[in-house]
Amino acid sequence: MKGKKYLTIDGNEAAAYVAYRVNEVCAIYPITPSSNMAEWADEWAAKGIKNIWGNIPSIAEMQSEGGAAGAVHGSLQAGALTTTFTASQGLLLKIPNMFKIAGELTSTVFNISARSLATHALSIFGDHSDVMAARSTGFAMLASASVQEVMDFSLIAQASTLESRIPFLHFFDGFRTSHEVAKIEVVPESVMKVMVSDDLVRAHRRRALTPDNPVIRGTAQNPDVFFQNRETQNHFYDKCPEIVQKNMDMFAELTGRQYKLYEYYGAEDADRVIVIMASAAQTVKETVDHLKSNGEKVGVLMVRLYRPFAIQRFMEAIPASTKSLIVLDRTKEPGATGDPMYLDVVNAINEGMDQEFGTLRNKPQILAGRYGLSSKEFTPAMVSAVYNNHGRGAKNHFVIGINDDVSHTSLDFDANMSIEPNNVVRAMFYGLGSDGTVGANKNSIKIIGENTDNYAQGYFVYDSKKSGSITTSHLRFGPNPIQSPYLITKANLVACHQSVFLDTIDMLKNLTEGGTFLVNTPYSKDEIWATLPKEVQSQLINKKARLYVIDAQSVAENSGMGRRINTVMQVCFFAISGVLPRDKAIEAIKDSIKKTYGKKGEVIVQMNLQAVDNTLENLYEVNIAEQVTSNTQIKAPVPAGSPDFVEKVLGEIIAGRGDDLPVSAFPVDGTFPTGTAQYEKRNIALTIPTWDFDTCTQCGKCAMVCPHATIRIKAYEPELLAGAPETFKSVEVRNKEYAEEGLKYTIQVAPEDCTGCGVCVEVCPAKQKTDKSKKALVMEPQLPLRNQEAKNWDFFLSIPEMDRNKIPLNSIRTQQLQQPLFEFSGACSGCGETPYIKMLTQLFGDRMLIANATGCSSIYGGNLPTTPYNKNSEGRGPAWSNSLFEDNAEFGLGYRLAIDKQTENARQLVKELASEIGDKLADDLLSADQSDEAGIFEQRVRIKDLKAKLENIDSPEAKRLMQEADYLAKKSVWIVGGDGWAYDIGFGGLDHVLASGKNVNVLVMDTEVYSNTGGQTSKATPIGAIAKFSASGKAIKKKDLGMIAMAYESVYVAVVAFGSKDEQTLKAFLEAEAFDGPSIIIAYSHCIAHGIDMSNPLQNQKAAVDSGQWILYRYNPDNVKEGLNPLTLDSRPRKVKVEEYMGMENRFKMLMKSKPALAKQYMEQAQLDVESRFKHFQYLAARGAEKIEE
Amino acid sequence: MDLSTKYLGMTLRSPLVASASPLSEDISNIKKLEDAGIGAVVMYSLFEEQIRLEEKEYNYHTTHGTDAFAEALTYFPEVEDYKLGPELYLEHIRKAKSAVNVPIIASLNGSSLGGWTDYAKEIESAGADALELNIYYIPTNARLSGAEVEQQYVDILKAVKGAVSIPVALKLSPFFSNFSNMAKRFDEAGADALVLFNRFYQPDIDLDEFEVTPNLLLSQSSAMRLPMRWIAILKDSIKADLAATSGIHTGTDVVKMLLVGSNVTMLCSSLLKHGIGHVRNIEDHMKQWMRENDYASVSELQGSMSQHKTADPSSFERAQYMKALTKYQL
Repeated sequence: MKGKKYLTIDGNEAAAYVAYRVNEVCAIYPITPSSNMAEWADEWAAKGIKNIWGNIPSIAEMQSEGGAAGAVHGSLQAGALTTTFTASQGLLLKIPNMFKIAGELTSTVFNISARSLATHALSIFGDHSDVMAARSTGFAMLASASVQEVMDFSLIAQASTLESRIPFLHFFDGFRTSHEVAKIEVVPESVMKVMVSDDLVRAHRRRALTPDNPVIRGTAQNPDVFFQNRETQNHFYDKCPEIVQKNMDMFAELTGRQYKLYEYYGAEDADRVIVIMASAAQTVKETVDHLKSNGEKVGVLMVRLYRPFAIQRFMEAIPASTKSLIVLDRTKEPGATGDPMYLDVVNAINEGMDQEFGTLRNKPQILAGRYGLSSKEFTPAMVSAVYNNHGRGAKNHFVIGINDDVSHTSLDFDANMSIEPNNVVRAMFYGLGSDGTVGANKNSIKIIGENTDNYAQGYFVYDSKKSGSITTSHLRFGPNPIQSPYLITKANLVACHQSVFLDTIDMLKNLTEGGTFLVNTPYSKDEIWATLPKEVQSQLINKKARLYVIDAQSVAENSGMGRRINTVMQVCFFAISGVLPRDKAIEAIKDSIKKTYGKKGEVIVQMNLQAVDNTLENLYEVNIAEQVTSNTQIKAPVPAGSPDFVEKVLGEIIAGRGDDLPVSAFPVDGTFPTGTAQYEKRNIALTIPTWDFDTCTQCGKCAMVCPHATIRIKAYEPELLAGAPETFKSVEVRNKEYAEEGLKYTIQVAPEDCTGCGVCVEVCPAKQKTDKSKKALVMEPQLPLRNQEAKNWDFFLSIPEMDRNKIPLNSIRTQQLQQPLFEFSGACSGCGETPYIKMLTQLFGDRMLIANATGCSSIYGGNLPTTPYNKNSEGRGPAWSNSLFEDNAEFGLGYRLAIDKQTENARQLVKELASEIGDKLADDLLSADQSDEAGIFEQRVRIKDLKAKLENIDSPEAKRLMQEADYLAKKSVWIVGGDGWAYDIGFGGLDHVLASGKNVNVLVMDTEVYSNTGGQTSKATPIGAIAKFSASGKAIKKKDLGMIAMAYESVYVAVVAFGSKDEQTLKAFLEAEAFDGPSIIIAYSHCIAHGIDMSNPLQNQKAAVDSGQWILYRYNPDNVKEGLNPLTLDSRPRKVKVEEYMGMENRFKMLMKSKPALAKQYMEQAQLDVESRFKHFQYLAARGAEKIEE
Repeated sequence: MDLSTKYLGMTLRSPLVASASPLSEDISNIKKLEDAGIGAVVMYSLFEEQIRLEEKEYNYHTTHGTDAFAEALTYFPEVEDYKLGPELYLEHIRKAKSAVNVPIIASLNGSSLGGWTDYAKEIESAGADALELNIYYIPTNARLSGAEVEQQYVDILKAVKGAVSIPVALKLSPFFSNFSNMAKRFDEAGADALVLFNRFYQPDIDLDEFEVTPNLLLSQSSAMRLPMRWIAILKDSIKADLAATSGIHTGTDVVKMLLVGSNVTMLCSSLLKHGIGHVRNIEDHMKQWMRENDYASVSELQGSMSQHKTADPSSFERAQYMKALTKYQL
């Protein structure tokens, strides 16, 4: 390895590494799992890193991938070397431009971390459905199978596109390759300069549009010539494969790594050959070695260049002995005669044999198989099963990796088969997102990669929750490059970083015999055995395992590290695994700490070094008993008695056994029941709030701000307390606004669902009389309270909800008695969005449809296993769907159109059937006032009467009305999403929908960044904030979406911040829904991406409003009818300077600390903006309405 | 008229010195102070504790929530040149030094012995003309004796003196059992000046919110009595220079402080209240008094009414009204 440069990086960084250096312009937009490529490019540009021509590439974030493609197209046309990065839906949005770019023979490389397309559901994980959807664009398609190949092919693609003029899609598997961390050899810039020669660049430049040599491109053509024009390019496509091979050969000469367009690997006399591309090819290759050593005649044909498909080269790569060709596609094309690559191969064999290309003379059996959709595991066991499926009776169009018990297309495989070589150390780590496990493992890989000749691979699995998420790290180390792109199932070492997992996850099923189990536990080495569940004890005994324990929590805390046990567990890993000699490992960890944390300051470095020193003396080996002594078992994932679907399907997913569920377990069209989050008792809170009812003023704010609906209020008849658990708390209602007197009042916490964020305590205004450090809510450790409060919670739920008609909605105090129909989501602890959604569901949940833009809210709102939207006791609740990121407003408008049509039908039928159902009922139904809860309630009663009458009317009209009668009751359409959607990608549609005049309500939860993809800049990002894609601070002020909406003068507009004025939020929600036309509410949503204390986030909301940075107002066009000014300014003149607010948030502080002069300039500008904007609002709010009418 | 004075081995244009305050956070203010004739500027303090907290805070915000959710493995870009330690402060010293000719005295509040010496060294290399140690410390540990607290002060001073060669002033609180003894010990330990006295935030209570609210009240002229007494007492018994701070608002306040023996008089509240231009007013006021009283130079004034040079030296030792009455009875 001497003389060569190695890096331990992931696939995205490898792609960006080359793409950045061989381009001049990058047009970018965030989308998982490709975002990191763009983030790297932006960061490098901010740091001044140069490309191979010595200039810093220009990075332009666009409003959508479609916009990015347009910018790429334009930049290419004007002569710059230009690239972009994307995946999935993003690639779809680029397709129109891709046809153009290819049609104009324009050289570019798009780097794609291939990801599933949303169909019945969205998935962020990897398969080829996106790139396959782009296969007709005319782009060449080059597939990389490993992190090393990603770096290499980025360059080969760039050289080839410039030479061939065919644009390239360079793709690799999303997550599996894009996020796999591996030690790879770096392509030196000198090689890039040779491959991307000045001659090629000059040729590209010569084709640029320039007024100095004007031409016109992009004409419109007619039937007479379009066709001929389309056929002018064929020879470019014919030559392209040879150009790619030539560049591969040149690359081999320069680096020693030889690639082929179609690379055969395996037995020379193979009778079975799998045709496959991207990462799975590595798995097949590894399995081929294993099977060959058992005497099997198998081989694999790795497809690197999928488009243009070079039949001759393909045929030349197939051994003459091949009897069965099995083509594996990682995509599904329903209704086709086969998935795309299979059809290409069928045709290639047909045409290729006709033309006698290659050596194959007997037509082989060609089988199609599908694997790995949405990063489904593809393992040697599956490969082996595929090889076994050949000859007569073989299944064609099979699937592998799942159990298809419906269409019976799946192949069986032996899940226990493993071919992991002995010289590879395999380790698995179970941790929490918050404990730093993944970071530590990434660091360990780097240490091993950089300090030894070993190769290393790391892959990380995250659950879909944003709070309390569980992470599983899979690490391999060995003397040869690691070609195992699948999860570890036979680990030499399994580490349990949180002792709670012992009771919930069967971690030892993955431990190999004689392996080591490391546990972080508060129990000593003498106590631990007795605490282990049966399954753990028996597997430790049977597998003759070694067991180590450490109280990492205490070591971390004593070293000043709090809950982050990363360094402690990392030291344990090195101490036990023996990958490096102990002393060398410790030294390397310490060096790495200095390097990694040096930037964060001496205090952090010392803390970590201290943790290293404190670890070894606290690490103990435990003697394994000879017999199982435990009486406990690993817990069931959902409570006994849960609904069947929850228990049999969702529970299995929760338990991590979703892979084992058969096809028949699932709905055919992606429809799932709501209200299932209540069964997933996650118990992630360390502390939960307890209620001091003597101090409590019953203001309702705690329930209002709770992001997870885990603190709730009920007022109820005293007799309902019969049978209450002993510790159930109850007090007289203090409020006189309720219709009934003498009610009892309870605030109850759901202990197992609470995330322990503490925002309820922050908002609580009541301090205890004799101890002002305590409020009416006090956080207490959850564990001792868990069982008691769980019983209290169950009892609380059994108390009926108050009649909705009797709940006054004019103040938070009473409104919060409404039942939330959104609960226990996977949102971040302390989330700033979910309180808004929860309030919406309280107010309108029984009549609302939600159109949810893709983003945080669609993930915590609709990511399996469980669903937080719930139903009330009448079975009503929000109906929810997510269409796309870019079309949400239009999607929601579609709801409205459909509802209105069905309402219109129903009203027409009521008129037609008036005599039969009774004129009075018909009249009442048609003239009902549904502007308040009571009106809606009465209408529902009438509909019930109507249906009863319709039962007895035998006519087609009556049957139709029966079906549509419910549309006579009000339905509320809510279009919900974040600022990335509303300000950027979905703005065009949103604007149109606001202009439509239709009665839809829009809730924009404005976190001022793309939160779900990790905090990228949007047009809502304020000036002076550092965000991804604004690594040097946002230079332009936030777009004023409210002002734009107000310009229509026919749209209800409100800007709210519940942490500043909750009553104003409530008012705005009620007014928006009542307004018979489009409404938009822009809601300040504090966010983890702001860099704030998420247990005290309301202080930030207050400061945002108090500084004038966030102005509260309501614009109600209905006021004009009454001769009033439509605008009500709810903010007062600023109390503090913007600087004070900005100083509270890391996003602003980062700029103050890195570029103080620039930060100051932005801050001064922000202050000026705030002053003038507020004055403008004051002016608008002070005008008389008559002027507006003029 | 010669207003010059010696302080920390430097000759200052005037005894009016801007004490550590937010004014010095802005280079343009420092220029304005120079234009107004200030003798020297003490920079706002570098707080080691704040640096430590900021490091921890930054570390928290850049790690909290990371590597937990597949779509958002981080929430912030990696920022180059993030200045967490004393860099921004040092850069500010450098900028101030290159912007003005007036002496720049850095101010440091450490929280560990290593912090005191390391930062002192960095401040020296950043070009500060002198260093004021702002030992801001309220001992609350009931097991810590007064002697130990006193020794900590001396240790810090000695450590810093051993680490740097620029002059070192010590800004102190009056809360020692025997301030004379302490002053002597600091003098012997090599303090180049004592700055008397530090004023602290005194927490208040917000009765609406039931919260403790830290605030700093701007000083009144009456606050100068305490330092005036101690400067008078110390003037002839220690070698170190003496700087008066607290309650100096007018030219006559300055004159009084000079009479008891101050080398310099420090201004803070008066400038925050009246603006930087007020330096001129004070100087004019002081000059007018000197003219009226026939003083040609500040050095003539300095110490002419120290304890030893007053008719009744015990007047500076009287602590209570009762004693004063006794005198009349004699």
